[in-house]
Order: sequence, then structure tokens, then C-alpha cells
Amino acid sequence: MRRFALIAVPYVWLLALFLVPFIIVFKISLSDLALAIPPYTPTMRDGIGDMFAAFDFENFVFLTEDDLYWKAYLSSLRIALISTFMTLLVGYPIAYGMAKAPDEWRATLMMLVILPFWTSFLIRVYAWMGILSNEGLLNQFLLWLGLINEPLVILNTNMAVYIGIIYTYLPFMILPIYAALDRLDESLNEAAEDLGCSRMQAFWLVTIPLSKNGIIAGSFLVFIPALGEFVIPSLLGGSGTLMIGKILWEEFFNNRDWPVASAVAVVLLLILVIPIVLFQRNQQKQAEAEQ
Amino acid sequence: MKRMSWFNVTSLTLGFAFLYLPMIILVIYSFNASKLVTVWAGFSTRWYGELVQNDAFLDAAWVTIKVAVMSSTLATVLGTMAAYVLVRGGRFLGRTLFSGMIYAPLVMPEVITGLSLLLLFIGIGLDRGVLTIVLAHTTFSMCYVSVVVSSRLVTFDRSLEEAALDLGCSGWDAFRLVTLPIIAPAVISGWLLAFTLSLDDLVIASFTSGPSATTLPIKIFSAVRLGVSPEINALSTIMIAIVTVGVITASLVTKRNAVRAEADTRAAERAQA
Repeated sequence: MRRFALIAVPYVWLLALFLVPFIIVFKISLSDLALAIPPYTPTMRDGIGDMFAAFDFENFVFLTEDDLYWKAYLSSLRIALISTFMTLLVGYPIAYGMAKAPDEWRATLMMLVILPFWTSFLIRVYAWMGILSNEGLLNQFLLWLGLINEPLVILNTNMAVYIGIIYTYLPFMILPIYAALDRLDESLNEAAEDLGCSRMQAFWLVTIPLSKNGIIAGSFLVFIPALGEFVIPSLLGGSGTLMIGKILWEEFFNNRDWPVASAVAVVLLLILVIPIVLFQRNQQKQAEAEQ
Repeated sequence: MKRMSWFNVTSLTLGFAFLYLPMIILVIYSFNASKLVTVWAGFSTRWYGELVQNDAFLDAAWVTIKVAVMSSTLATVLGTMAAYVLVRGGRFLGRTLFSGMIYAPLVMPEVITGLSLLLLFIGIGLDRGVLTIVLAHTTFSMCYVSVVVSSRLVTFDRSLEEAALDLGCSGWDAFRLVTLPIIAPAVISGWLLAFTLSLDDLVIASFTSGPSATTLPIKIFSAVRLGVSPEINALSTIMIAIVTVGVITASLVTKRNAVRAEADTRAAERAQA
């Protein structure tokens, strides 16, 4: 009896507040926009039979017909891919440096990587607004150095979105790579060098392949949330920055078109299933390899 | 001692400068006397004064803390139960679905979680306010709690529980007296994680809050959309200070406990010898 309650309470909670809401989103994505409250038709009140009869894929057809949506999906994918790659380029040397640091520093370095993670996401994105603006500190600094003659326009462009994603998701990239590098046996590199590899060759042929799992895990941890990101494109990006999270928000709050917003959500979810399944598989394989 | 190559020193220096400079700049400019955030006009605590008098921000801060305390506490209870079911529950009907529902919210875009919960609340006619935000935050943060707690439960020596049961404890007593004290650090970090997630959340709160309840992130977001403001810098500085003090204290306490545990083990070994 007690075991039943232990299972049932969290189970029912998640069913009611996680699964059922999704079914509702799916249902509304098949309905039509209506000038009513709630602003869609048919509703449950029309009777179950009529409700199902009135369902159609009109909203999904609409998504394929209007340029805006598929461009937004493609541009989200592109932005997420490019920024994941850039985060890897920035994060790998940091993780590598941490793994090579003296033992007594490591706990402190680890804390320094985790600390930003506990700080408000919104504030960390906001911090860049003052730096990247036309009169911002970065431009002031570059003008002072004499590297540029007029301020660079960075804020409200895709470049600012890349910087924002790299900055906020960097700890997610560093930690798994550090974990992989930390376990690496130093003598393998020495062996490679003894056998005639240069330092660089040993790094590419030994270190990189052996930290592969960390690279894969870190990349997924950045790519998956970056794809549906809303705060970064809406604060740092401009009107030209198309990201699907922002489109969904605007469709819902500004246009009040719930059926289309729901259809946008369903398609985003379908796109996300692929990287999520790949990530899960990778994690499972790694867990099995460790046993 | 290992010597670090210049390459590693450079990459660590640049990396941590990149992570910390934006926040340091934000903190410095919160003490700027000028309204123009990019021009330095001398030291002043003026914005902190204005912040303290801003009732809208104080109200929002109060709502945020209330929501965070309630949702993280509920999430810790539910998440610990879920972790226990996942690790110790054995087989039951719909186990795969259950574990799927635990892991899915971790990778779900916030816009989708927010939208779906809002549609549910409207569907069942629940007025949006503090309650709906608490329900929403509990749902996603219980999954984080359960991941943290189950990673501790997996490494936990089950025979300790069995010993307690053999010695006449009831199942609940064995959990309360043996299991809970051992998994307590994970439960506490789960609570802290749930608490920060709730404090931080903008997107899900925006979908599930009504006009009667505005949280601090919603307030900050609507202010920041119009551009950088020194008042927000002051508010951010206070939040950064709280987090920094919290994290440093927590790591010092963990370190002290680790040192103490080690000293205990050594003392025990000496006593045996």
C-alpha cells in the first residue's frame, strides 16, 4: 500500500502536469483560430465526436507555406550549430588547462566554472547588453586602442547571439570535457611522443580521441537548449534574428494565435527528438563502457 | 609540483576573464553616478537607494522568494520520492513512461513547457497567479532533484538499510533513520538547485503568471528590453553577491566536513592499531 502511494504520487503529478499538457498542445495545434476565449475552436464543449471531426492539419500546412517558419527553424538550427562549435573551441582549451593544473588548484577552478551557473541566466545575458552596444565598453576599448575608427554594430545582430550562447552555456561544455580529460592517463601521451609523435600529433591522435565522449556530451548539452532559446535572441539579437523560441513567444503573446503557436511547438519538439535520442544513446554507451 | 605550460596558463586566464569580466563590469557600473550606463561619472550608491524605494521591484522580489521556497520544497519531496521509485522501486506498470517523464523536462525547451502548462491551466479554468507558477516550477525542478538524489542513491550501500530492517525498524523508520541521513547532502543540493532554478526562471513564469503575480525575472526582463538601466545593475549586483556568498559558504562547509571525516577515519585507524 505504501509502495503504491510512493509510486503513485510523483507519477500522477507528472502525468497531470507534464504529459496531459502536451496532449493539450497537440490537440490545439489541430484546431482552428477563433475570436473567442479561449481563442480556438473546436473545444471540448462541442462534444468529443465533433471535436475530432473538426481536427485538421491546416496549421502545419500553414507552417510550410509561410516562409517565416521554416526560415526560423533553419536559422535556429544554424545558430545552435555554429554556437555549439564555437563554444567547443572556447571551452576545450579551458577544460584542458584545468586538467593540467596543479591538484591544489583544481577545486577552486572547478568552483569558478560552476559559480556562473548558479548566477541568474537573465543577468548574465543582460551583462553583455552594456558591453556590446554601440557606445558600449567593447567599442570604447577598441576605439581607444585605435583598432577601429567607428563603433562596430554587434548588439542586435546574430554575432551578439553567438556571444551570448557561448557565454551562458560555456560551463556545460567545460565540465564534461574536463571530466574526460581528468581521467586521461598521461603516460599514453608520453608513449606516443616516445614513438616519434610530435606534441601536436600526440594531442590530435591520443588526447582528442580519448576525450571524444566529453566533447559529444558537452556539444549536446549546449546544442539542445540553444535550439529552443528565447532570452538570448530576444535581448541580444535584432529584428533580423530568427529563432523559433522567439517566434513561438511572439505568435502566442503578440498575435494571440494559439493554434499556430502550438503547431510551432509540436514541430520544434519533433526536431529536438533526434538530438535527444542520440544524446541518450551516447550517455548509455558511456555508462555501459564504464561498468 | 607540475609546471604549467604557457599555453595552459594563457587559456585559463583568458577563459576565466571571459567568464567573469562581464559580471565584474556590471558590478562596477552599478556604482556609477551617471544615468548613462556607459559613461563613468564617479562613485555613487544612488541606484541602490532608488532600488530600495521601488515598490514594484520589492513586491516582485517577495513573490519570487515565496514561489521559490514553496516550489523547491515541494519539488524536493516529490523528486526524492521519484528518485527512490526509480532506483529502488523495482518493476511496475509504466516504469519506462515514468522515467521518460523524469528525464524529458530536463531537455524540454522552456517555451514549450510554459506554453503547455498555460494551456492546461486555462483548460481546467485555474486562475493564473502564485499557485500556477508554483505548480509549474515544481514540475520541472522535481526532475532535477530526482536526478541529483538518484545519483546518490545508486552509490548507496543497500545492506545498511537491510541491517536496519533486520534489527526491527519499519520501512519508514529505516528510511528516516538510515537512508535519509546518508542521502541528505544530495537532498539539500537538490533543494538548492530547485530554489535557484525557480528564482531564475523567466520563460515558464511568464507563461504561467497572471496580472496578480509578477516575479522578479519578469520585471527585470520588461525593464531590460528597453535598454540597460543602472537600477537593474544595482539589483543584479545584489543577486550576484548573494549567490557568491552562498556558493563559497557551501563549498567551505563541504570542505570542512570532508577534512573532519578524514580526521575521524584516521583517528579510528589509529585506535584500531
